[in-house]
Amino acid sequence: MTHRIGTGAGFSADRLDPALQLLKHGELDTMVFECVGERTLAFGHRDRQANPARGYNPLLERRLRAVLPLAREHGTRLVTNMGVANPRAAAEATARLARELGLKGLRIAAVLGDEVSDLIGPDTALPEPGCTVAEIGRPYLAANAYLGADAILPALQAGADVVITGRVADPSLFLAPLAHAHGWDLGDWDRMAAGTVVGHLLECAAQVTGGYFADPGVKDVPNLAYVGFPLAEVEADGSAVVTKLAAAGGRVDLMTVKEQLLYEVHDPAAYVTPDVIADFTTVRPDDQGADRVRLGGVQGRARPDQLKVTVAFDGGLLAEAEISYAGIGAVDRARLAGEIIAERMAHLHGHNGELRCDLIGVSALHGTAQVPYPATAQDVRLRCALRADSREQAELLLWEVEAMLCCGPAGGGGYRGQITASVITESAFVDRERVRPSFEMIEVCR
Amino acid sequence: MKRPLRDIAHARAGDKGNRSSVSVWAYQPEHYDLIRDQLTPERLRAAFGDLLRGPIQRYELPALGGLNFVMDTALEGGVNRSLNLDAHGKSWSSMILSLEVNLPD
Repeated sequence: MTHRIGTGAGFSADRLDPALQLLKHGELDTMVFECVGERTLAFGHRDRQANPARGYNPLLERRLRAVLPLAREHGTRLVTNMGVANPRAAAEATARLARELGLKGLRIAAVLGDEVSDLIGPDTALPEPGCTVAEIGRPYLAANAYLGADAILPALQAGADVVITGRVADPSLFLAPLAHAHGWDLGDWDRMAAGTVVGHLLECAAQVTGGYFADPGVKDVPNLAYVGFPLAEVEADGSAVVTKLAAAGGRVDLMTVKEQLLYEVHDPAAYVTPDVIADFTTVRPDDQGADRVRLGGVQGRARPDQLKVTVAFDGGLLAEAEISYAGIGAVDRARLAGEIIAERMAHLHGHNGELRCDLIGVSALHGTAQVPYPATAQDVRLRCALRADSREQAELLLWEVEAMLCCGPAGGGGYRGQITASVITESAFVDRERVRPSFEMIEVCR
Repeated sequence: MKRPLRDIAHARAGDKGNRSSVSVWAYQPEHYDLIRDQLTPERLRAAFGDLLRGPIQRYELPALGGLNFVMDTALEGGVNRSLNLDAHGKSWSSMILSLEVNLPD
């Protein structure tokens, strides 16, 4: 029997209205909310340190208040990593919400075990920077292993209506309910690869339905303001059709599917998850028209023996400050302001770290690449940024940029400054036998 | 005839740590060979070497009409360290599409 699986969120701050639309009209068996990135996980840990009852997705209550009643009405099971750094607290918050909404008998599972601080020590190797945890030289925050579908499956088999995880590989959130529905063996590598491709295409929500795609006049997207979230109709043999609701904005075709197929993929012949090594070069998307793309023939091979672990460190503070110059001579005035700020930060305040000054409107995002840019611009925003370990040091940059209002070049206006706590993450690897996932179930009283 | 790559291809950028990946797709299958011949790792390094500082690996997907570029040390430290306004390097796709290619007249 076809399993209909849809996406309710593709990142931590994703929209809610397309999720509700899909729940109401998609006849879904399962909806997945994917809400964790390397940054959001680390911020979850900091939230949890400040308050042991937090550390899950800040939008969880707001999302689920609208989603839970619809999911029950339509018989849709929910799977989400909105537990972020505290899945147990997220499950408890969900249970409180369900009681308040009168959803008697709702079963909520928290998948635990991704936190692996006990497996990470000062001597743990971090392959990408080529050093150890201790050599990063910054306060350690947390370590989370990417769990796979095998960590979610027991909660589904126990009858959970809502499964809440922390760090799980994104495609595994989709693969687990597909494997459960179709009775797939977790050692059937081609099926694991097929479900992983579906998960990979759906995990970023609108990125396969026309989001992150439009380039006016070159590739247009109908009704992008109301772009829909995707769903897949997945067969027991692993073949699937990716589509969207006809009433929703967006488009699903070979172009949107191909862009998403390789999104954040390195070697397309070896897409590594905790569940399988999938060969995306074997995918043959077939455009069937009417926003339907069929997938099939995906091949996979045995899953890796090690799990990836995200290790997070306190990254200090990011200070950013901006001021605008417009009209004739704007570029020269903005550039002069940047030179003054760089001079004073270095020689008056002794800032010896990196200070970045960009001219937004002239050359900013691609500034380092030295891409040629037009010599004149009429509306330029100077942006300065640095990292600091103390708030006082961070505030110095904001102060210097704001001082351009009276002490800088003529006509500067629109100063804004902000200081953001930041987190540094690196990857480590641990043997999978050392990671022991489990789940806890809460049933809302009848 | 020199034209921006954007006329014949579309692209999407993603990031993992300090590694950027950009897939480039021919709109028309007949342009795949031309793109493969002209859009080499050496070409990217020559154009954007100050930014793309590490090894550049290119994967070819002729059946799908695409190339996947995986560029190490290409994100000024990556999303959690870079001082770039676009710390993910989301706009690296547009940067690459701005390169010119020679089309048959």
